[in-house]
Amino acid sequence: MGVFELIEHTLILAGAGLILLAAIGILRMPDLLIRMHATTKAATLGSALMVAGVAVHFESVQVGTRALAVIVFLLITAPVAAHMLARAAYFLGVPLWRHTAIDELGSHYDRETHELTAAEEEELAEIEAALIEQDR
Amino acid sequence: MPDPVDHPVHIIAMVMLCIALGLGFIRLFLGPSLPDRVLALDMITMIGIGFIALYAIATDKGTLLDVAIALGLIAFLATVAFATFLERSTLARRRRSGRL
Repeated sequence: MGVFELIEHTLILAGAGLILLAAIGILRMPDLLIRMHATTKAATLGSALMVAGVAVHFESVQVGTRALAVIVFLLITAPVAAHMLARAAYFLGVPLWRHTAIDELGSHYDRETHELTAAEEEELAEIEAALIEQDR
Repeated sequence: MPDPVDHPVHIIAMVMLCIALGLGFIRLFLGPSLPDRVLALDMITMIGIGFIALYAIATDKGTLLDVAIALGLIAFLATVAFATFLERSTLARRRRSGRL
């Protein structure tokens, strides 16, 4: 058993293990955003590792460049897709986990009017009053 | 044509991927919301890329990776399209109900 075969088997097993972890995560985690946290990264890295294992197995330039293309494409597109899905889900009002401690967007995003506000209304009023005071 | 899985490591990896596929389908059925299902579909496509990688090794055909490229492209487009659709339909529903 050569060194290349050892590397290939390690990559394949690590990739499959990460994908299995991602699947367990998507089933067990309590809400959508935590599920995305568990799944997107682990599944992407897992399939990238498996494709890298294919590249090591064949040891040829043609397969290597294809594998590189797949890996780069996966690593570029996965965060974009995850971001868009999480954004849409937040606008849709998908409920967060009941133990969620921090929802920083929650006080700034108005779900009824779909508007973002920079600060609370009292803070805005204070800033406005200060500006008017300055003008005088 | 050679045996699709010929090495213990490949068999183990194949079993792991099959279990992952089953768990992904359970989440696809359970939901509970549409973004959850889209996320499960996205993960199932990633598992499909893993299957293609294993199959490329087992059948000794490197050109199968072209299929993986196409599958990754389709998965990305599908997720982005679903997300855009969800966002637009949410806003349109609010607009219809006169809240926006």
